[in-house]
Amino acid sequence: MSSNNNTENDPLIPRNRANHPVVYDPEYKTSVTRSPKLPLLSMESTLSEETGPVFGHNLIGELDNNLISNFSQGAALAIGERIRVHGRILDERNRGVANTLVEVWQANAGGRYRHDRDKYFAPLDPNFGGCGRTMTDEHGYYEFMTIRPGAYPWPNRSNDWRPMHIHFSVFGSGFGQRLITQMYFEGDPLIKLCPITGTVKNQQQLDRLIAPLDMKGSRPMDYLAYKFDIVLRGRRQTQFENKPQGS
Amino acid sequence: MTQELEWLEETPSQTAGPFVHIGCIPTFAGIAGVYPEDLGKSPINDGAAGECITITGSVFDGTGWALRDAMLESWQPDAKGYFAGQVDADPKVSGFCRFAADAGTGEYSLKTIKPGAATMRTGVHAPHISLWIVARGINIGLSTRVYFEDEYNDADPLLARIEQRHRVDTLIAKKVKTGEYRFDIHLQGDNETVFLDL
Ligand SMILES: [Fe+2]
Repeated sequence: MSSNNNTENDPLIPRNRANHPVVYDPEYKTSVTRSPKLPLLSMESTLSEETGPVFGHNLIGELDNNLISNFSQGAALAIGERIRVHGRILDERNRGVANTLVEVWQANAGGRYRHDRDKYFAPLDPNFGGCGRTMTDEHGYYEFMTIRPGAYPWPNRSNDWRPMHIHFSVFGSGFGQRLITQMYFEGDPLIKLCPITGTVKNQQQLDRLIAPLDMKGSRPMDYLAYKFDIVLRGRRQTQFENKPQGS
Repeated sequence: MTQELEWLEETPSQTAGPFVHIGCIPTFAGIAGVYPEDLGKSPINDGAAGECITITGSVFDGTGWALRDAMLESWQPDAKGYFAGQVDADPKVSGFCRFAADAGTGEYSLKTIKPGAATMRTGVHAPHISLWIVARGINIGLSTRVYFEDEYNDADPLLARIEQRHRVDTLIAKKVKTGEYRFDIHLQGDNETVFLDL
């Protein structure tokens, strides 16, 4: 971890919770006992939310952004449809978020995670771990290589399947910007059947989780591409700040 | 019609799911060799100033069951109340840690140094550690704060905003013995933790 030389400790723009999934959704059964029932305590952000961990590009190893080869450390390639996922991390002011950490994880091509608690009988791929990470460049762009993850069944209602998806974790420059989300794939018919995607009730917002096929970003005879942009909370910037402490 | 505002809207959150460990703490998930070590293994390096403390607890669902799949992140200033990146901050304190509920017991544990009170726009905030909690069934990460029962909390601007005074207690870590605290998180129920929207 390098030192934080970010001087932008401006207040965060309050989160519009209507842009997010509902916290309680009986169709997503686990949310029933895990959703707070009482209102959140809202107030203006403080330094605890406006500052956050900063990571350096030196954190990132050469293969970290290549899930096809990072598990075997280059010795062999993972099985599956080769894809490049790329996009931009932006803030609500439409500015690229530079030098921020993007982490991803996903199931293998058969829909199986490399995790003790995944009991699905689709086989593990000996050359696929399922994690990757990268940093955005100075304009907020990121990219990584992977294989298209398989859809998988999960215990919820009697026959629920997750659409193909990649989990994303993004930092921003303040701990209050922290976001975990999922990327879906254009055209997947399981998207509209899934109770987890269904927790996002605003259709326009849900559409923003679906990455379009990007033929111009693909490479002939090698890989297809999908584009996925993510918008984090922004910061309020004005000279007209009240100083309630009378300073 | 009016002019258009040019703001973008925040991307919706989605649950971190039960396999969040693969992406965030792969070594913990048994995936060794991709990264040299998990990110946020410790919020402090050797030589960090301040009192070494351990905070232990569980995240309970509405039935009283401790989540086995929760992952938590913490963010805090150093013993003098400076966050990493601020002038005068202790270079041995990164302030960031990732840790998970134990797959068998559901208990988490955070080893760190006790933070100092921090001066902010809204006044001096009592010593606290910010927590962010994700898990299957949690559709957007939950934020809360750990304060300490053996610190002066009465003037804290955030705690002062809690109307039902008995709920303040849900944000106060209890001292078990010197250097050891207990902080349980209740997602629902009579002791529902105060979660934050800052
Ligand atoms: Fe998943």
